[in-house]
Amino acid sequence: MAQSVLLKSSLAKKYWMALTGLFLCLFLVGHLAGNLQLFIGGIEGQLQFNEYAKFMTTNPLVKILSYVTYISIIFHAIDGLLLTIKNKSARPVKYHNEKASANSAWASRNMGILGTILLVFIITHMMNFWYEMHWGEIGVDANGNKDLHTIVIAFFKDASMGLVFTLAYVLSMLAVAFHLSHGFQSAFQSLGLRHEKYTPIIQKIGFAFALLVPLAFAAIPLYIHFVY
Amino acid sequence: MNLTLKIWRQKNSKDKGKMETYPVKDISPDMSFLEMMDVLNNQLIESGQDPVAFDHDCREGICGMCSMFINGEAHGPGRGITTCQLHMRSFKDGDTIYIEPWRAAAFPVIKDLVVDRSSFDRVIQAGGYVSVNTSGNTQDANAIPVPKEDADKAFDAATCIGCGACVATCKNSSAMLFVSAKISQLALLPQGKVEAKQRALNMVKQMDEEGFGNCSNTGACEVECPKGISLENIARMNREYLKASTS
Repeated sequence: MAQSVLLKSSLAKKYWMALTGLFLCLFLVGHLAGNLQLFIGGIEGQLQFNEYAKFMTTNPLVKILSYVTYISIIFHAIDGLLLTIKNKSARPVKYHNEKASANSAWASRNMGILGTILLVFIITHMMNFWYEMHWGEIGVDANGNKDLHTIVIAFFKDASMGLVFTLAYVLSMLAVAFHLSHGFQSAFQSLGLRHEKYTPIIQKIGFAFALLVPLAFAAIPLYIHFVY
Repeated sequence: MNLTLKIWRQKNSKDKGKMETYPVKDISPDMSFLEMMDVLNNQLIESGQDPVAFDHDCREGICGMCSMFINGEAHGPGRGITTCQLHMRSFKDGDTIYIEPWRAAAFPVIKDLVVDRSSFDRVIQAGGYVSVNTSGNTQDANAIPVPKEDADKAFDAATCIGCGACVATCKNSSAMLFVSAKISQLALLPQGKVEAKQRALNMVKQMDEEGFGNCSNTGACEVECPKGISLENIARMNREYLKASTS
């Protein structure tokens, strides 16, 4: 019984959603820390970023973490889809007049839509950079490392599509912000981690996280396109 | 006040049902919402039409029967009240008011605004009780010391009247506020701790089987609950269930 209740029950789906979600929040921090190196200009920045990219694709510990990340994304998406299907079927006849904004935040009611936008973003993002890094036709820098830096810069500085890509990335980060604004603190609630003293702090951290992390991510393509 | 009412009419559980429009005149702002419904039904009966079926009983906010989804909100505008505690002064002359039944797969419509909430009863039957010896030598409950804070929290959870507003207002028709209030109420007290594990597992299982949706933590239930049942209870249920399913 213990096995089925920890996989199939309504509450189990919440636990898994929360655990994978929180892990993906950690991933965002790591990913952001690495990407901030794109603010370093010149040949020095290029060499450092490519060295970092090599480390991220070859280090065994990072490799394990990346597999956990892929699994988390897939699990989070499938679990979210199953929950959405179940939740839709729980109300077969809709209300004629429903004032949902009177009692809940928009993001909390639209996590599925936001998540779908994020999934599309993640897939295109991986096709643009992750695929290129692993299997694409990619040059090497002065140190002989795969030159992912040039690919990233060329992508956002592209004469015809660079602005479109930049705006698409910024809009995707807006979706990340809304998704996190509900998801971060919601994950703690789902795991039963609620306390008079600590929950207000968790909510504040969640708000700051949802604001600052996507903002920092969005600044990177904006910097590359308009300043670099 | 003169109002236009748009009310869900459905002959029986098989009927498809539709929204019907009824004008009502000379409504006093001091009337309760249910009294306004009584006026409408008198009009309908006098003109030979079928009165609108709706649930009501105590009319003082403690029975939880008056399940109406009014202008897009469970029990209408206003916080911490049931429909019988909603007064017509909350509306303006000339308003159009939408009145619909609770909407959930687990709450099928019986007629008009009346829904079958026996799914809640079955969730309670699955574990919302403590097994006590009733053979005549029952221990005095007051003989067991209970910390004041626990007693208060248990009492707050116990004020749930099972009206179903949480399900009606939840975008997922989730019953987690109700179920968690019942689980919390007993899990917080020494008498309830004995069966806490089995209770959490069985009540959640029954809740899932009844076809209620899942919790997205939107918090809408807590806002619309006439008794102010807190989301803290859902967190406690999540802990209780996790404990029960991993040990």
